[in-house]
Amino acid sequence: MTDASGSPPAPERVDGGEPEASARAEASARRAVEAVWRIESARIVATLTRAVGDFALAEDLAQDALADALAQWPQAGVPKNPGAWLTAVAKRKAIDGWRRRERYDERLAEIAHDLSQQTPDASAADPWDPDRIDDEVLRLVFVACHPVLSREARVALTLRVVGGLTTEEIARLFLVPVPTVQQRIVRAKQALGDAGVPFEVPARDEFGDRLGTVLGVLYLIFTEGHTATTGEDWMRPELSLEALRLARVLVALVPREAEAHGLVALMELTAARFPARVDSSGSPVLLADQDRCRWDRSAIARGRAALGRARALATGAGRGVGSYALQAAIAEQHAVAASVEETDWRAIVATYDALAALAPSPVVELNRAVAVSMASGEGFGPEAALDLVDALAGDKRLALSHLVPSARGELLARLGRDAEARAEFERAAALAQNARERAVLLAKAAARR
Amino acid sequence: MTKYMLIMRADERAAAAYATMPFEEVIAAMGRYNESMMNAGVLLTGDGLSDASEGAVVDFEGETPLVTDGPYGELRELFNGFWMIETATKEEAIEWAKRAPLTTGNFIEVRRVNGVEDFPQDNEWIQKQAGWREEQEQRAAQG
Repeated sequence: MTDASGSPPAPERVDGGEPEASARAEASARRAVEAVWRIESARIVATLTRAVGDFALAEDLAQDALADALAQWPQAGVPKNPGAWLTAVAKRKAIDGWRRRERYDERLAEIAHDLSQQTPDASAADPWDPDRIDDEVLRLVFVACHPVLSREARVALTLRVVGGLTTEEIARLFLVPVPTVQQRIVRAKQALGDAGVPFEVPARDEFGDRLGTVLGVLYLIFTEGHTATTGEDWMRPELSLEALRLARVLVALVPREAEAHGLVALMELTAARFPARVDSSGSPVLLADQDRCRWDRSAIARGRAALGRARALATGAGRGVGSYALQAAIAEQHAVAASVEETDWRAIVATYDALAALAPSPVVELNRAVAVSMASGEGFGPEAALDLVDALAGDKRLALSHLVPSARGELLARLGRDAEARAEFERAAALAQNARERAVLLAKAAARR
Repeated sequence: MTKYMLIMRADERAAAAYATMPFEEVIAAMGRYNESMMNAGVLLTGDGLSDASEGAVVDFEGETPLVTDGPYGELRELFNGFWMIETATKEEAIEWAKRAPLTTGNFIEVRRVNGVEDFPQDNEWIQKQAGWREEQEQRAAQG
């Protein structure tokens, strides 16, 4: 707890003959620096980019300043305004760099002069205008998710510059080696430089498309966390929750965009089920078997509120809701139902119809078929669903996926056709890339012997 | 990401200071603080609690709970508001707490919120749930 005057905490001494205590103090200071970095990094990089006119340089300067903080704060204590401290140090580094390299032409001299004028003493009051900074963070989001970059590069850059995650953290979350992430980031910055990507929010007429790209990147990060496509763990909730945080950041930046609210709604309503999605041994628990008491009711409430805003904004603009809000609406039906039996499956089928019209995809068709199998009445039920799934079996886009055989297995099992169900589950297991998922499918196959 | 509750407490010095501060300013400072946490995507919810004199205490000392409207103990032990936030580390939660626009006599307690994984997995209720689930699966397998 800070003392009552709000002054920075007394520095922890790291000298003296107690290596253990000093190591502890160092680790604690390091964690404090990392905490500040997560909160401030997007704003710092955004401010620097505007000042130096070069995104890649700004990112490097900010990282250098962070290294200085890690070296100095353990001894000197965390400054009162750590964000301003980091920005000031980074700007000073920019000036020093230019002077050293003698690239001191007129324009740079001018920038350096401006920076010197602006650069406050590290202890000075916050020189930032919060409204302008938020707008700069928005530019940063658009730069990190720029269409000239590959999907992987957009993901890595977004987590790094907007999320404030370190290269090591990103590598850990995606189960890839650190050098791979480093390479992706370096190449991404190179590509942005080569393409001459300006540091700006896109013009109004292309805003929609570009926002779609941004939402897509955030959703990609989220889904990778909640159904890990590869590896041993079925879920990496840390990744999903970071994506949710970034989506909330985005919604604060573009509060009038219905689909941004739709995405937050979808993520909240999906994340609400996380506590029930794995058992104590880390194996997946399917929707039908989930203990709904474990669902996070406050996340559901936040998700429904966000969905309400998405609908209101879309209606206000005279449009229908977009695909994220539609998926959120399906998640909402599950969230409000007391059990699988009491779920309004017909409403879900209807929402899938809307989704299929808006964003046709074989996965949507497959999910719609599952919903059809769960609803009762004329034209519903497992038999009707099996016809729909069979129609999808020839779709090339699903040929290598375990989803079709897995769904066929479920339907055949419900129809009592055990031998066929077992064969389908075995085929699905052979196609599954994730170890936990494969184990569940094999167990289902074994249960039909 | 982990959920933390930032619990606000204040003693008589804070109460005295608030009495002299312009209400508008207090509200604006708190509004800006809340907005910064919203913009960072970490704020889940938060609320202030109304005056302790409007509340009640349910005391479990005897055989049946005794309801009184006080005493509550020392003023500085009373909660008067909270924020629920979600951050990557405890240090990040503390960093946010440090940024609250508060002065002498105020305290913020930073507490981690339990998740399902915090409950002992060998607890009989947890096991009952697991057993019930297995039973369901077997029944589904047979049926």
